[in-house]
Amino acid sequence: MSSNKESTARTLIVAFAVSLVAAIFVAGSAIYLKPVQEQNRLLDKQRSILAIAGIGGPDLSGAQVRDLFARRIKAQVVDLSTGEVDDQLDAATFDALKAAKDPKTSAVVPGNEDIALIKRREQYTTVYRLEKDDGSGQLEALILPVRGYGLWSTLYGFLALKPDLNTVVGLGFYQHGETPGLGGEVDNPKWKALWPGKTLFDAEGKPNIAIVKGGVQAGDADAGHEVDALAGATLTSKGVNHLLTYWLGQQGFGPYLDKLRQRPDGV
Amino acid sequence: MSKQANAKEVLFDPVFNNNPITLQILGICSALAVTGKLNTALVMSIALTLVTAFSNLFISLIRKQVPSSIRMIVQMVIIASLVIVVDQILRAYAFSLAKQLSVYVGLIITNCIVMGRAEAFAMQNPPGLSFLDGIGNGLGYSALLLSLGFVRELFGSGKLFGHEILPVVNDGGWYVPNGLLLLPPSAFFLIGLFIWALRTWKKKQQEPAPFKLAPQVKED
Repeated sequence: MSSNKESTARTLIVAFAVSLVAAIFVAGSAIYLKPVQEQNRLLDKQRSILAIAGIGGPDLSGAQVRDLFARRIKAQVVDLSTGEVDDQLDAATFDALKAAKDPKTSAVVPGNEDIALIKRREQYTTVYRLEKDDGSGQLEALILPVRGYGLWSTLYGFLALKPDLNTVVGLGFYQHGETPGLGGEVDNPKWKALWPGKTLFDAEGKPNIAIVKGGVQAGDADAGHEVDALAGATLTSKGVNHLLTYWLGQQGFGPYLDKLRQRPDGV
Repeated sequence: MSKQANAKEVLFDPVFNNNPITLQILGICSALAVTGKLNTALVMSIALTLVTAFSNLFISLIRKQVPSSIRMIVQMVIIASLVIVVDQILRAYAFSLAKQLSVYVGLIITNCIVMGRAEAFAMQNPPGLSFLDGIGNGLGYSALLLSLGFVRELFGSGKLFGHEILPVVNDGGWYVPNGLLLLPPSAFFLIGLFIWALRTWKKKQQEPAPFKLAPQVKED
């Protein structure tokens, strides 16, 4: 038995058997746990949407998040190039990030327009409306998904706007891989607190937002469009700046926001 | 092995006498990375203890079948599979912690403690004892990780397990937190101090100086 332990055949058999058992073990656990993980991911996303819209803290339980989300938030699928809401697609199951990877439902962003470095942009995406609690369907905040490249990674987040579609309610990222302590400070509540109240568009309706080094000067005419950059994270700050400019521009949510502004009955 | 190891020694020796971090200087990377808060340190400790224990157990079970030419790879496959499973379980049942630990759970695969115990202990010892050895080394690692986490979270952010102990200035309290302790390098200083304390207590662990410094030559 032990004499042929080192033989080639034996080596192959052991290698094969160990790999097989390990593969079954890993694949089994991954498949078995997938539904729970998906649910967690969804809950995490809903939680961050509520937090960015300013109506949910981190201490809400899972059931509270689901309930609040179902009651207050209405998801809609929007055609980004025309700005029209598309009722054919189910907002609850539509996955914009998956659509962005599929050549059939997305288009390559030309290099000179791709300031957020997202490479492909989906044709349809999901936006979330926070509606007033009185059942009137009036908009309280509009939550747009944004993403773009920072230093190491794509930052995925949400931007919430007031019904004037110009003032920020909140900005936050739910997934990124920036350096902890530097670029990772995009998650810092103090930095995020700088955003609410900033205005994003200039008088002509063009995106005007700047993340500035050295701090915003209080007397500056543009102070309402400016946010302090993150210390030690120039490229992450620039990335956030670019992704906002991109998604608020005509390549991003521009047509949709224009359509909303033209609605006479208010948004 | 000439000396038959007994279960109690195997289990508790790694905590102080043969601590994987302070004596064997293994697993420093994760000890720096996840000890900023006690709850991440605790989850990491549990994860590593389980992985070390079970990888030791499984490797010990098949130690007589494994050809020596591929033993390292076989160990690696077993360790990696266990780590992936642990990672999957964390993502399913402790999602926010899994997000904070991010890559470090995956990096247990390359944690030298796991590999080191597999090669040094489990390949020569029966399964039961190997399992205990894994638990023991996990405990040694956990003891240090939790001590680091305690000091870093208490003095770095004035909290323990997220509960406020020292009210910090930013929230209207009196305690000015030590920002250095929130950054990974601070763990180097703390580990150094722990090693110093431990080796002063247990003189046996002191290493002989590898060479003697020549006296400074004074020129006349």
